Amino acid sequence: MSSQPKLMVVASAGGHWVQLMRLRMAWRGLPVIYLSTEPGLADIVATVTREDGSPPATFASVTDANLSEKGRLLRQLFEVLLVVLRYRPDVIITTGAAPGYFALRFGKLFGARTIWIDSMANAETLSKSGREVGKYADLWLTQWEHLARPEGPHYMGSVL
Amino acid sequence: MIFLTTGTQLPFDRLVRAVDDWVEKAKPGCEIFAQVLPATHGPYRPRNFDTRERLSPRDYAEIFDKARLIISHAGMGTILTALTRGKQICIMPRQVKYNEHRNDHQFATVERLKDYPGLFKARDEHELPTRLDAAMRSIGSSRPEAIGLFADRGFTDNLRKFILTGQT
Repeated sequence: MSSQPKLMVVASAGGHWVQLMRLRMAWRGLPVIYLSTEPGLADIVATVTREDGSPPATFASVTDANLSEKGRLLRQLFEVLLVVLRYRPDVIITTGAAPGYFALRFGKLFGARTIWIDSMANAETLSKSGREVGKYADLWLTQWEHLARPEGPHYMGSVL
Repeated sequence: MIFLTTGTQLPFDRLVRAVDDWVEKAKPGCEIFAQVLPATHGPYRPRNFDTRERLSPRDYAEIFDKARLIISHAGMGTILTALTRGKQICIMPRQVKYNEHRNDHQFATVERLKDYPGLFKARDEHELPTRLDAAMRSIGSSRPEAIGLFADRGFTDNLRKFILTGQT
């Protein structure tokens, strides 16, 4: 890996996205591809990267889907695969949900360093995807100290 | 203006109905803007305000900025957005027993989330009216101090270290 790893940061639109954006000092100044499920967020990414003084970021959007929409979920999976293949990121960071899970799994398959930050919304138990992703995440985090375990998920802080 | 939002994923008519009833009784005397995903079967039609199904991110940001009070499901996105903009927000959680979500994580959010200035938590539609009244009173007296735009620096510094080195 060069000294400037290429990042892909992933979150579905809504709460997962809002949490991801609160973490962006972690990749300020690095080359970044944002991936979400709402094309309108391209605008927001352009504005905030300018305000942060970061280089212009790439933005990609895939089909929105939840766990009960199998057809859309399958389409999302293929679209995420194409985006990961196209950009071949060195590091993948995600706050969930489904597109983040897919991106992390594909990223891991292609040798990327992977970071899962489970949503702050999961205060009693990890999300389903958050539990399953554990063995593929190089850094597996919960945002609630009481959910951390020695074998993971770990606690490093929260977005709030 | 009061902005009622139920998010874009699932309907939440129990909240819409409770807010409609409250508006009728409390007469807040300001415009209500509602972003509501209607229920597939027999959606509730509020008597006291119009609803929109979806808003573009830009429109959402604009309405959010104009609103003095946000009323919302207990979704982290809306909560974080309200806190960073110094808005009063009143939240009520979705519950599985009413088929409003796949699990009760929103209830956990209401129980576990610390108190923040301007954040009003109602556990259900019975608690909502008094919490809304309290929120309205607080709008008159103060504006909550906004939280910062970013997560704690220690957290993002550690993430950055892991991004660059693979070590925590």
